[in-house]
Amino acid sequence: MADAAVPAGEATGISTRPSALRKFFLHNLSAKVAAIPMVATVLIVFIGCTIWTIYYSFTNSKLLPTGKFVGLDQYERLFATSRWNVSVWNLVGYGAMSLVFTLVVGFILAILIDQKIRFESAFRTIMLYPFALSFIVTGLVWQWIMNPTLGLQGTLRNLGWTGFTFDWIANPRMVLFALLIAGLWHGTGFCMVLMLAGLRSVDDEVWKAARVDGIPTWRTYISIVLPMMRGVLVTAVVIIGSGIVRLYDLVVALTNGGPGISSEVPAKYVFNYMFSGGNIGQGLAAATMMLLTVLIIMIPWAYLEFGGKGKRI
Amino acid sequence: MSQTATMAGSPSVAHDDVVEARGPRPKPFFTPKKIMLYTALVFFSLYYLFPLYVMLTTSLKTMPEIRFGNIFALPQAPNFDAWVKAWTSACTGLNCQGLSPGFWNSVKITIPSTIVSIFIAAVNGYALVNWRFKGSEVFFAILIFGSFIPYQVMLYPLVMITRELKIFGTLQAVILIHTVFGMPILTLLFRNYFASLPQELFKAARVDGAGFWRIFFEIMLPMSLPIFVVALILQITGIWNDFLFGVVFAGTQNYPMTVQLNNIVNSAQGTPEYNVNMAATVLTGLVPLTVYFVSGKWFVRGVAAGAVKG
Repeated sequence: MADAAVPAGEATGISTRPSALRKFFLHNLSAKVAAIPMVATVLIVFIGCTIWTIYYSFTNSKLLPTGKFVGLDQYERLFATSRWNVSVWNLVGYGAMSLVFTLVVGFILAILIDQKIRFESAFRTIMLYPFALSFIVTGLVWQWIMNPTLGLQGTLRNLGWTGFTFDWIANPRMVLFALLIAGLWHGTGFCMVLMLAGLRSVDDEVWKAARVDGIPTWRTYISIVLPMMRGVLVTAVVIIGSGIVRLYDLVVALTNGGPGISSEVPAKYVFNYMFSGGNIGQGLAAATMMLLTVLIIMIPWAYLEFGGKGKRI
Repeated sequence: MSQTATMAGSPSVAHDDVVEARGPRPKPFFTPKKIMLYTALVFFSLYYLFPLYVMLTTSLKTMPEIRFGNIFALPQAPNFDAWVKAWTSACTGLNCQGLSPGFWNSVKITIPSTIVSIFIAAVNGYALVNWRFKGSEVFFAILIFGSFIPYQVMLYPLVMITRELKIFGTLQAVILIHTVFGMPILTLLFRNYFASLPQELFKAARVDGAGFWRIFFEIMLPMSLPIFVVALILQITGIWNDFLFGVVFAGTQNYPMTVQLNNIVNSAQGTPEYNVNMAATVLTGLVPLTVYFVSGKWFVRGVAAGAVKG
């Protein structure tokens, strides 16, 4: 690193001195002591634990991580397990819908809010408050609303609309949409806040120029403003995406993976094999696959964002 | 628009208006566009408000009223019986103590975790900005990228580490885990904040002979109240809402409120009492909601600050 810039103008030629080793430890000692938690977190948790997990995913560990090396056996078994495959496809389906709808709804809400409306802060407060609640609370409320007999479906049927059907939570083919409704309720307000910040960072001159050129408003939003918000969009995609991969609490609270295994997700698979299935090797293999997924998403982003010379994060 | 050339950059567009008119033309409030706009806003607001309405009304109803099957109806005789039951005697399996132990566990987890994680991150951010040492930026970069690793990847080794430390299944373990996983975002927050402060302050204090801790406590801390508020909001809501770490590391005796809530609702035996369930749900949401409504703009700033890492 070139930036071992020492404050207060002290010399930096560490390695040429005879007391180099002592200086390496003692120089700037308080800062190094202060950084111990960070260094420990990085080395032990983020690097150490990850490598440990990857290594033991190649063993046949059952109740304790002591098994012997079995190569890719756990992975073969993983992809031969229907529950895992269902989990993966659920995550892909839910993830794609959630990402698209969160961005679209967030953008629409931000545009609506940005129209110099009255009660702006009231509307913003209403849209963002679900984000302050936990996924457990979110899941349980929607579980009650979607209760087929006493929830929305039952109510509307009682009120005379007998053909009304809203049994997504109990319907294996629709349960992902039930998750989606709850997930969007929780997260779109946050996306709106991001997008609103992006909209408001666009210079007024751009709008004036577009108006002068007679470009319709919707066109200006899509072809001019949206591309200018690239930074915000990338941020939003990364945050929403890493949230989707972690999807766990919401499923536990709303459906607990049901009906059957139709709303299982990878994070839940990992958890169940590690802590209640007594098959650690299998859980670790699944966790490693989750890591791989994140890396596949993250590496292109990191390359685009910080590619070449490391820009300031 | 024909006269584009003359308009570039000039804000006063209305050349062809009547001479005396100044300022924008007063617009009627009920234009079709406005009506559509507010209809859309109200429509979306209903989506966001409906669950809150359902939660509150259901929690104030009696079970016969709920079985009648009208989720929209207001409670006929609002009463807090379900709230009392949710707090004191709702059952999770054989254990019928209600949510209150979970509430206190969450308090016992949230307060120390918040304090410890913020303090460590503040000192860390300060060291990263003003006292860089060889490799500090590398560690910071890994820290930020590490925050994207799914927790499930590190969960099992962390269980083993906390077991080795003899703290698995205790409050200390949860506090440690929250401190570790709160570190990336909080460090980023403080680092960016301290970097935005004028460097001259730090240099002047250095020249006057103040050291690492003295500058931190006497100069940096007093100036960083806004970022502390943001970090506080982020951590209190985040830790209160956590489920995964609580269920893995806390141990049955120390389950936080979210875990107990889920147990009360999803593993209850016998006929479900929806009013008690909803009362318990409201009670669990009350702390973060209070933080949200009290902090107002600060909350927005907090979530936005959490997002600027891009």
